[in-house]
Amino acid sequence: MMMPEESRRAAAFFINQIDALIKKPVRFMEVCGTHTVSIFRSGIRQLLPEKVDLVSGPGCPVCVTPNDYMDMAIAYAKRKDTIIATFGDMLKVPGTSSSLNEAKAQGADVRIIYSPLDVLQISQENPQKQIIFLAVGFETTAPLTAVTVQTAMAQHINNFFILSSHKWTNAPIDALLSDPRIKVDGFLLPGHVCVITGEKPFDFVADKYRKPAVVTGFEALDILQAVYMLARQVNTGQIQIENAYKQVVKPEGNRVAQSVIKEVFDSVPAKWRGFGTIEASGMILKDKYAQYDALQQIPVEKEISRENPVCRCGEILKGLIKPTQCPLFKKTCTPDKPAGACMVSVEGTCHAWYKYGQGRYHYGR
Amino acid sequence: MHGINMDKEGIIMDDSFITMAHGAGGLKSRELVEKMMLPAFDNKYLRQMHDGAKLLLKNNIAFTTDSYVVKPLFFRGGNIGKLAICGTVNDLSMTGAIPRYLSVGMIIEEGFPLSDLQTIVNTMREAAQEAGIYIVTGDTKVVDKNSGDGIFINTAGVGELIEGSDIAPQNVRPNMDIIVSGYLGDHAASVMAVRHGLELPENIKSDCAPLNGLVKEVLQAAPQVAVMRDATRGGAAAVLNEIAEQARVGIIIDEEKIPVRKEVKGFCDILGFDPLYLANEGKMIVFVNPKDTAAVLQVMHENRYGKNACMIGTTNDKSCGEVGLRTIIGGIRIVDMPAGEQIPRIC
Repeated sequence: MMMPEESRRAAAFFINQIDALIKKPVRFMEVCGTHTVSIFRSGIRQLLPEKVDLVSGPGCPVCVTPNDYMDMAIAYAKRKDTIIATFGDMLKVPGTSSSLNEAKAQGADVRIIYSPLDVLQISQENPQKQIIFLAVGFETTAPLTAVTVQTAMAQHINNFFILSSHKWTNAPIDALLSDPRIKVDGFLLPGHVCVITGEKPFDFVADKYRKPAVVTGFEALDILQAVYMLARQVNTGQIQIENAYKQVVKPEGNRVAQSVIKEVFDSVPAKWRGFGTIEASGMILKDKYAQYDALQQIPVEKEISRENPVCRCGEILKGLIKPTQCPLFKKTCTPDKPAGACMVSVEGTCHAWYKYGQGRYHYGR
Repeated sequence: MHGINMDKEGIIMDDSFITMAHGAGGLKSRELVEKMMLPAFDNKYLRQMHDGAKLLLKNNIAFTTDSYVVKPLFFRGGNIGKLAICGTVNDLSMTGAIPRYLSVGMIIEEGFPLSDLQTIVNTMREAAQEAGIYIVTGDTKVVDKNSGDGIFINTAGVGELIEGSDIAPQNVRPNMDIIVSGYLGDHAASVMAVRHGLELPENIKSDCAPLNGLVKEVLQAAPQVAVMRDATRGGAAAVLNEIAEQARVGIIIDEEKIPVRKEVKGFCDILGFDPLYLANEGKMIVFVNPKDTAAVLQVMHENRYGKNACMIGTTNDKSCGEVGLRTIIGGIRIVDMPAGEQIPRIC
């Protein structure tokens, strides 16, 4: 553990180097919501020179979940014989006209869980009910869901289902880079995801699009170091995928987790808030596990989904605009009553901008 | 062990549980008061057994009330009863008063185990004794099964204001020091860990404690304390924002000085929480003139509830109404007013 004095010296070193390496304005995107929060919490935006802009990308699983999915979850929640099991962040996410929180207030049985495996216990304790787990998240949570499904099968638990919205993180980066409106000069790649996937799924960023990318951790200095490495790539023109998180991320990733995902899930086109449908970006259960797929096993009528036309989460997720450019931000959209998903999750871009005062604190302004 | 008897509707009729009869005002009610409440809280005011207590106070008084609902009712370091005594004692103390008398109102759910109630009552007696206050009047009501969450407790309290003390946010000026009386977040982390079945190391328990002794010593050491607040709901962040707003000063605190146990920090990292927003039940934040800082820290360090006290920041006249945090790497970020409950994140 570094002493504060050493941390400050190291930070100053990276910032000076970044300043010297970058000649004209650049925009780097942090893909992961945990990076976004760390950047705001540590005051990195304020320390970086103005010419280095950090924008948040589509790396908060709650934020990229479309209304369509929420409406389906709410429709299930309203069924008398159903218990919805979910991570806490999903409760406040608005669907087209309601949220799980509102359904809960009206009597729906919605339970917050911390691990998908907890859901199996709920299933066993409530044999007369159908338990639907809202399986949301990237490569970090998908293996847990996969193991849970396998365990359910091994233990012959038949009242457990998942509503899958698991997603691959590399897919939207590809979608972003193929969109000519989007100007990003480099990426901070999500350390936790790469622990599972390794670096390979992100090779296309450098190979196909000639953009620098650095895998990094979540402490302030990890992030500053990664921004410095991006700056070095921009400066020298030697574009590649670098790993600043070598103590945790192995080039090949976690093979066991990868194989359990592969064993349980198929890759399919999936809807993303702001992006629409992206090819091969979602995970659904393989036929072998179809008995646990809520969509296949439990038919339900849901309302016709539409996105709030005023909410600009979609553009924010792509880094096209900043939260302050959304007419709802801080006015009708607050963490207490979020209009869009980016304000719900603590890792959402709008939430971070709201909470940390837009990231540039003007002491003595 | 008692056998459990049920009537034809499945309502538990056993003596080891609270029944509707305990709240009906008849024999059972009297039994509950005489067998459990009076022996536990016994004092000369309660013994009067009037409709209300007749009390003696010489000075100006402070008066406060708070209702306690907590899930789980029992947690490491305390239970709802301890919270109900300490919370109201601390609210009185923060005004610069010596807490004297408390009322206790309980709303108990039918079927609540009498043994649990006895445990809660015993804890309340211990906390009241430690705080040196009398429970002088009380009430119990029983609600139908599923109409309550086990037990709700309200306490109201009066205290006598210490002569010469003037505690108010408006007394805070720029260039004052901000002291916190110890580790932040222990209470919320302990309660949330039980609530969600997460494991925390043994040493992390609720900090629930009566702070009136500590307050008295602080005021003796530094009678000119500008303001003090206990950092309960909303945590330190809420207190700092309230003071910045009410006193129209800016506040800058140093991340490296904020006392948070590494286990609590780890807990927060996993769930995406910020320790500055976690509730405490035995921590206060004190604003003092820099000339008094050393004296306040010294008396705190000598008190069991202030051993880990430290100065975390200062006030200024620049960023009025705002709270900033200087991060370990030298950036400054805003610490805003808590908005809604912190909810755990997905990954």
